[in-house]
Amino acid sequence: MTAAGPRLSSRGRTGDAFRRTVRRNGWTVGLVGLLIAFLAFTKMLAPNYGPTQIESLAISALPLAMAAVGQAIVVISGGIDLSVGSMMAFTSVSAAILMQGQSEEFAVLVVIGILLMGLVLGLINGILVVTTRVPDIVVTLAMLFVWAGAALLVLNRPGGGAADWLMASIDGNFGTPFLPRALVVLIVIVVVAWFPVVRSGLAVELYAVGSNRLAAFRSGVPVNRTKVLAYVLTGFFAAAGGLALTASTGSAQPIQGQYTVQSVAAIVLGGVSLAGGRGNLVGPILAVFILSLVRTDLTFMGVNPSLSTSIQGLILVGVVMFGAIITFRRRRA
Amino acid sequence: MSAARPIAQGNPTLASLRRLFRDRPLIPLLGLLVVLVLVLQLVRPGIVNGGWVGITLRAAIPLALLAACQTLTMLTRGIDLSVGTVASMAAYLVATQSTGQGDTVAILIALGAAAFVGLANGIGVGVFRVHPLIMTLGISFVVLGLMNAYQLLMVRAGVVLPGVINVLGSGTTLTVFPNSLVIFVPIAALILVGLRRSGFGRLLFAVGDNPIAARLSGVRAWQVIIALYVLSGLLAGIAGFLVAGLTQTASLSLVEQSVLPSVAAAVIGGTSIMGGRGGYAGTIVGALILTVLANLLTVLQMPEGVRQILFGAIIVAVAAAYTRVTGET
Repeated sequence: MTAAGPRLSSRGRTGDAFRRTVRRNGWTVGLVGLLIAFLAFTKMLAPNYGPTQIESLAISALPLAMAAVGQAIVVISGGIDLSVGSMMAFTSVSAAILMQGQSEEFAVLVVIGILLMGLVLGLINGILVVTTRVPDIVVTLAMLFVWAGAALLVLNRPGGGAADWLMASIDGNFGTPFLPRALVVLIVIVVVAWFPVVRSGLAVELYAVGSNRLAAFRSGVPVNRTKVLAYVLTGFFAAAGGLALTASTGSAQPIQGQYTVQSVAAIVLGGVSLAGGRGNLVGPILAVFILSLVRTDLTFMGVNPSLSTSIQGLILVGVVMFGAIITFRRRRA
Repeated sequence: MSAARPIAQGNPTLASLRRLFRDRPLIPLLGLLVVLVLVLQLVRPGIVNGGWVGITLRAAIPLALLAACQTLTMLTRGIDLSVGTVASMAAYLVATQSTGQGDTVAILIALGAAAFVGLANGIGVGVFRVHPLIMTLGISFVVLGLMNAYQLLMVRAGVVLPGVINVLGSGTTLTVFPNSLVIFVPIAALILVGLRRSGFGRLLFAVGDNPIAARLSGVRAWQVIIALYVLSGLLAGIAGFLVAGLTQTASLSLVEQSVLPSVAAAVIGGTSIMGGRGGYAGTIVGALILTVLANLLTVLQMPEGVRQILFGAIIVAVAAAYTRVTGET
């Protein structure tokens, strides 16, 4: 195992390195193509679809994109975090309560505090998963209730406020209309958080633990520490998603049921394997934008809005079946 | 397999406790249930009487049916997150079709639809090998969307529940026995006996415990999985009828909030989400524990937030106790 990159695969022992790289990123390349196709299709449906609409698309997709990145990290490490949605609700209402009626400068402290809070929530999840040795899905299912309950205790009806600069930070664009602020914020946060993970070698360990826990342990990877850190990172991104929720609406509500489910859907579409060890962070972000565009397009096409839920479900199942067929054929070849 | 498995302690009491947990998980679970009932009685003296038993059983039965879906699917390393949508769908179909088609036909339509959704789940999981979490979630989106569209069509029809469902769902006999026991007892007996004595039950354990060994022994796993998810759909549909009868309403989000508790009931009851271990008796006690716990927290006038936190804490604690004591990962 002399892999230099962060992508370690259980099936990476043999074969040509270049072909492997292309093959491994084939899914992401396909998603880029799909996103472009959907943008073109949207432009066809609504000729005046332009920068303003893309800006609002980026703002509305931001919370889910954060959740999807967090979910992707923990799933790559071989776990799953069903509490992402309620961690977002908890951090979102905490931020909104703390910022309400306070000065703009104080809000800076709040934002930092909320991100730290996300780290702590993730740490608690991770420590529980590792120490109880209960399957991840059960622990995080239980923590879904715990964080949702905490959110209700902080704020039991929609309310709170957000600092003006925080709201402005994701609204509008940077200079050119094709650089929406929300998109830039997303990329900056993901890069700033992920860069040290790659540099420190934690990323390799995440992939190693996710693809084969026992092999990782025997190669000297601190399995438990890596798992806990994966949950810590997920907590951080859930907090960032919670802040994005507060920032995009200027208030917060304690119930955010759909984000957990949608984040799982997005990472699966984004090419992250639920078995762990495979995928990247770009795919899930692309998938979030594709899913949002699908919803927009269906509205433009005048499709009954209730059927758009069905179509999203069909896309989810269809993509996974497609992926399964591809891997199956590849295994035979 | 875990890197940090502690060395088994030599403490004799712990060892016997461990054996008790592993061989007879029902005893500690029933103990927990009794403790909860006693606490309830202490907090509000006199609350535990015949009427209370009837009400508690009536509330626990639909949850136990939904948890049956989770228990059976979890035995094969699966999970069925579509039960909430399927149950709500069945209830809504009955309520909208009964005026036009008559009660029996409406119930058959609803059960047929529920079985069909289960068939779709089963084909996805069994034949196309889609992860059960994703398959059942995706299918529940599909069903929810279709039902929303159907709801717009049926806006004039009105929602009328057949009398038999009302009687079964909310009535009690002699105040202690809810009428839904008529439905539940045969189903529960069938599952309890079927899991141990029938070939199908043993196949579920075999497929979940070691899929490769099962395949090498000639088990056609995909057929087992399809039959299992169809059964799960039917059980969810029946649970939907009972919830509708209990609440005297039918809407598309009727049963949605019971999905995660149904998983929790199965987990508390000792069924492993990793497959191959568990049973329905524990699940029934798990559903009772959750119902009594909810009751207790309501009596204590806990805010909803505290209720949810305690709920989550208990799931972790019980699941951790299982893993600790049985030594399984």
